[in-house]
Amino acid sequence: MQLSMTVKKSFGTFNLSADMKVSGDRIGIFGASGSGKSTLVNMLAGLLQPDSGEIVLGGDTLFSSTRGINLRPEQRRISMVFQQHGLFPHLSVKNNLLYGFKRCPAEHRTIDFDTLVAVLKLGTLLERSITNLSGGEKQRVALGRAIMANPRLLLMDEPLSALDDTLRFQIIPYLKSVSERFGIPYLFISHSLVEMRLMTDSALLIESGQIVEQTTSEQLARIRMGQSPVGYINLLELSDMTERDGMCAYRWKGIEVLLSAQNRETTSGLFELSSKDIILFKKHPEAISARNLLECRVSSLFESGRKLGVELECGEGSLVAEIVPEAALELGIKAGVTIHAAFKASAFRRLSKSDGDTINNG
Amino acid sequence: MFSLAPTDYDAIRLSLQVSITATLLSLPFGFAVAYLITFAKFRGKMLLEVLVNLPLTLPPVVIGYFLLLLLGKHGWLGSLLNEAGIRLIFTLKAAVIASAVVGFPLLVRSLRIGMEGIDPLLINASRTLGARWHDTLLTVILPLSGPGLLAGSSLMFARSLGEFGATIIVAGNIPGVTQTIPLAIYEYSSSPANEMMALSLCLVSVAISMIVLFLHEMMSKKMARRD
Repeated sequence: MQLSMTVKKSFGTFNLSADMKVSGDRIGIFGASGSGKSTLVNMLAGLLQPDSGEIVLGGDTLFSSTRGINLRPEQRRISMVFQQHGLFPHLSVKNNLLYGFKRCPAEHRTIDFDTLVAVLKLGTLLERSITNLSGGEKQRVALGRAIMANPRLLLMDEPLSALDDTLRFQIIPYLKSVSERFGIPYLFISHSLVEMRLMTDSALLIESGQIVEQTTSEQLARIRMGQSPVGYINLLELSDMTERDGMCAYRWKGIEVLLSAQNRETTSGLFELSSKDIILFKKHPEAISARNLLECRVSSLFESGRKLGVELECGEGSLVAEIVPEAALELGIKAGVTIHAAFKASAFRRLSKSDGDTINNG
Repeated sequence: MFSLAPTDYDAIRLSLQVSITATLLSLPFGFAVAYLITFAKFRGKMLLEVLVNLPLTLPPVVIGYFLLLLLGKHGWLGSLLNEAGIRLIFTLKAAVIASAVVGFPLLVRSLRIGMEGIDPLLINASRTLGARWHDTLLTVILPLSGPGLLAGSSLMFARSLGEFGATIIVAGNIPGVTQTIPLAIYEYSSSPANEMMALSLCLVSVAISMIVLFLHEMMSKKMARRD
């Protein structure tokens, strides 16, 4: 997908002026509430008319103020998944799913209804009313409905922000896999860097109506580390849990990490560990209360505001720790040195659990 | 003793006929006006709202008089119709028009409340799923306006049943032709001997209105639950 947007839009005192050219199938737009993310995607979808500018998607001009082009939303073949699902309450799940499909020109219909229903595990819900679905089920139906319209681009406008944490990370695999499975590129809008990293390859940072950064999602998380109250979030896929001495021992990239006993219900899953929760030692400490102590190699350092990010190679995995420059000087931290990283068993937070068919209960 | 004369049965029939026809004829116009007021952006929207609501505040007699000026033999529209051989004044059609004009704001008001309760997200979703505006109107706005449509229709029907002032001016009070329940009661009330007949028709009027208003309340509750 290739998208070029050069648009201006003013509402009262708010001015949006975006100039972006992106290519790829998994693009993110990251920004705080009120930064202009939704305005931008609404203009792309044709729901809002820019004051001036041009929008070109895959070589087709969707809007051009100079050439007097403004395709209507139904002409653009851009589906949306909204924050609040936006499902039609007077239609069944099946009729919601088929709403866009019925309006899609025959030559563009490539998605098979039964396959989509199977991928999204909606088979048992088809005859149900929308009002009888849980939040996670509604968002899966909304995703299915958008996909069934056979769009050339899928816009996901904070599709996870109305869901609680558990549901959010249960829905992400669906969002990713459905789009990949059916070959539909997407633009994912969020104010969560974790969601950005899980869902997108490249990301645009929007602030006060301006695109201020265009980089990879991973790089964006590093740039933002110094400003973020939670630091950089390390995402660890942990597996093969065994109970030991009242704690949970997991495997991570060939290393064993210990987590507190409250995780015993989960044998594997995605966990987060903040860069702020990792303490670095120049030498192996004699005794320490933290249950995890790893010998790591510093692979690189990066600056983020007044903080320094230290990228550590620990076995086959990598972690980012956050320190102040003074600490780096004191510890003699530079690329290539060996260092010890400690973190508490209680510092982990579970984002999703892979075992059990919890998605169906969504 | 409850009793009804043959002309009373005519009045009941004519009342129902006028109310049903006025309501049905007003529905498409009411829906269009409510849609414009709720969803469209245009200059003069406030003027439209004022004009639609004007019959609510004007005495029905004033409305009747304006209709007489408009539809009378020498009226702006009446003279044209007269040339085409169509006579409206002092016919049942005039009673229908009078009822429609007086009840129209109530219909639009209920429809508008119903439409304002529709989440704009549903309309946006429909458009991005490939629906044109008239498709969205028929497949999203119309079905979701259902409770508002029924509530508005019942309210307008009830108002039409009670219409007196405008009707007597433009349609007169001709038994079996234009005499509706309120006009028949008016005639009975002018003579003390017909007190029981007037009361009987009053009871019929109360019964019909109560049934319709019960229906209206049920629809209003359904709308409130949906919100």
